[in-house]
Amino acid sequence: MRKWVLAAAIAAAAVPVSAQTVTEGATVAAIRQKNELACGVSTGASPGMSTLDDRGNWAGFEVEFCRAVAAALLGDAARVRFVPLEFRNAFTALQSGAVDMLARSATWTYLRDSELRFDMPAIYLYDGQGFLVRKSLNVAAARGLDGATICVSSGTTTELNLADWFRTHRMRYTPVVSAAREQNIANLEAGRCDAYTNERGGLAANRAALPKPDDYVVLPDVISKEPLGPYVRQDDPRFRDIVGWTLHALVAAEEFGLTQANVAEAARSHASPEVGRLLGRTGEFGAKLGLANDWALKAITAVGSYGEMFDRNLGAGSRIGLDRGPNRLWNQGGLLYAPPFR
Amino acid sequence: MPRGAIAVQLLVLAVAALAAGLLLRNVAANLQARGMASGFDFLGREAGFAIGFALIPYDEASSYGRALLVGLLNTLLAAGLALVLATALGLLVGIGRLATHLPSRVAAAGFVGLLRNVPLLLLVLFWHGAVVQALPGVRQALSLFGVVFLSNRGLVLPAPVPDPGRAWLAGAALIALLAGIAARRLGRRRSSWLAFAAAAILLLAAPAWDVPSLSGFNFRGGITLVPELVSLVAALSLYNAAFIAEIVRGGINAVPRGQIEAATSMGLPPGLRMRLVVLPQAMRAIVPPLANQYSHLIKASSLATVIGYPDLVNVFLGTTLNQTGRAIEVVAITMAIFLLLSAAMAGATAAWNMHVAIPER
Repeated sequence: MRKWVLAAAIAAAAVPVSAQTVTEGATVAAIRQKNELACGVSTGASPGMSTLDDRGNWAGFEVEFCRAVAAALLGDAARVRFVPLEFRNAFTALQSGAVDMLARSATWTYLRDSELRFDMPAIYLYDGQGFLVRKSLNVAAARGLDGATICVSSGTTTELNLADWFRTHRMRYTPVVSAAREQNIANLEAGRCDAYTNERGGLAANRAALPKPDDYVVLPDVISKEPLGPYVRQDDPRFRDIVGWTLHALVAAEEFGLTQANVAEAARSHASPEVGRLLGRTGEFGAKLGLANDWALKAITAVGSYGEMFDRNLGAGSRIGLDRGPNRLWNQGGLLYAPPFR
Repeated sequence: MPRGAIAVQLLVLAVAALAAGLLLRNVAANLQARGMASGFDFLGREAGFAIGFALIPYDEASSYGRALLVGLLNTLLAAGLALVLATALGLLVGIGRLATHLPSRVAAAGFVGLLRNVPLLLLVLFWHGAVVQALPGVRQALSLFGVVFLSNRGLVLPAPVPDPGRAWLAGAALIALLAGIAARRLGRRRSSWLAFAAAAILLLAAPAWDVPSLSGFNFRGGITLVPELVSLVAALSLYNAAFIAEIVRGGINAVPRGQIEAATSMGLPPGLRMRLVVLPQAMRAIVPPLANQYSHLIKASSLATVIGYPDLVNVFLGTTLNQTGRAIEVVAITMAIFLLLSAAMAGATAAWNMHVAIPER
């Protein structure tokens, strides 16, 4: 009798599980159905980009961008679930559908676009890789790091760029590879490594968070291009457009001089017809993406313009004081260029 | 066996195979639908990243397959060293727990009590922090005779470089070794120690030594044992030594009291009593749980990822998985390797178990 029960139990467990295929438009539909945007961010220790305080509040540039997307798509900036991800799990989480988008300081690369089937709808930070060294080592430029020991995060483009750069310049180095940024900083402080390599924005932020920031300096060399932006899966072009145009709306807001404070008034009475289309006063632009007409208004009300978002988290208004560099508007010598709203 | 039983077993086997097949088909369909690449061809691609500590030659132009090999060798090195140290230490502490000398007993009990109850992850982090923070920086490295250097970048030793001109010294060392073994066989123990010492000296003189020297940022030349290896081995050894001590204590307690009394009445001193009578009989009870502990040790070496030691999990499951995105293949290979290692360990210990088993009448 018991043998038959066992056999029946195994047979029951073998009931076929239907293969879940992901169809086009599924991401937006899933977000609307849950009424929540699942946003993959760092583990909360990335100053300026995504940090978690002791009360469970998320803050940072990437965190605010997620809120802007939620405001545009769902009408409410608070409808975001932040999923803290270690870098090594981030891509798998996006591939498998555990998160809807990644805002995790990931660089746009050819391989990630092609092999991992990801899209970067727009770039929110034009960064580059650099080195953070102790001033007492008297290293003026990266060329002086021949034979040095360098801390780097495992599995990142920075690890590969470091290897490529030293190979190109025929210099030697010893890598100390850690999975977490905190471990790298601890190693740098203890003298385990001579330099720490990462995106320069991240280096400036980490330096500001050190106990003695003046003992360290970010070297002037930029050894690679690191265009950072949100990643989405390739299966939902509509969601990709929404994420991309949310960023373009924030950049356009800075171009038109809109701020968190004056955008409500501008929605009613700004002279420029393009602003009128952007903020939903005229035209039916929202409906073309499946959004409410005031999607951009909601996004700008939630986080302000791109310039405000940068200043508050990374720039003059924050502890980090990062220079905007190439992250200025195109007509001010930078690379930020929003396509026209027409 | 009755016919009905065979039929049921065949049915269960068929259903299990069906379930496995459906599961695999589901996985393949999902991978296809999400457009995730699959296949093992990535092992031949150029890795593009450097590894800080490798036992075989490796550079950025090597393939992912070579990186896998480097990681595997590093895991075996760390696990092997920790295994030997843990066994030796565990044996001592286990015997110490049963000592008549009270301070030894208390010290051993304290050792076991402390290390068994602290999570291994914390021990690894503690040792890494202690090693990296407590040792001096590379420019203030401690030096032994000017050839061995210790700093928080690691222990730098002179490296042997094969020197064809002095190869005859290696031959002479071999002859001295054989002479020592022969002397042992003939019962001349003192002469044999002399021969072994001569062999050691000749072997040290045979290669040319690459002595490390500080230039620029680091030491050039020599072999560097990275502090991550040292902290991982230290943590693994201490943690497992505590468990092995308890296993040894249990085994020794399992030896019948009559044996100990008989050995004492024959006039054997405590040292010989332990070595000739108690331990050989205790091995029967010690070896099976020891196999368990060794298997755990090998798997626990994967905590190397936390401190950045480039072992199999760090190099392959961490870096390679992220660079290639082939999550399923990489995890499958890693699991298969650990399975093989554990199975090999189990097989070796089973053979050892048969060797020490007292034959039943």
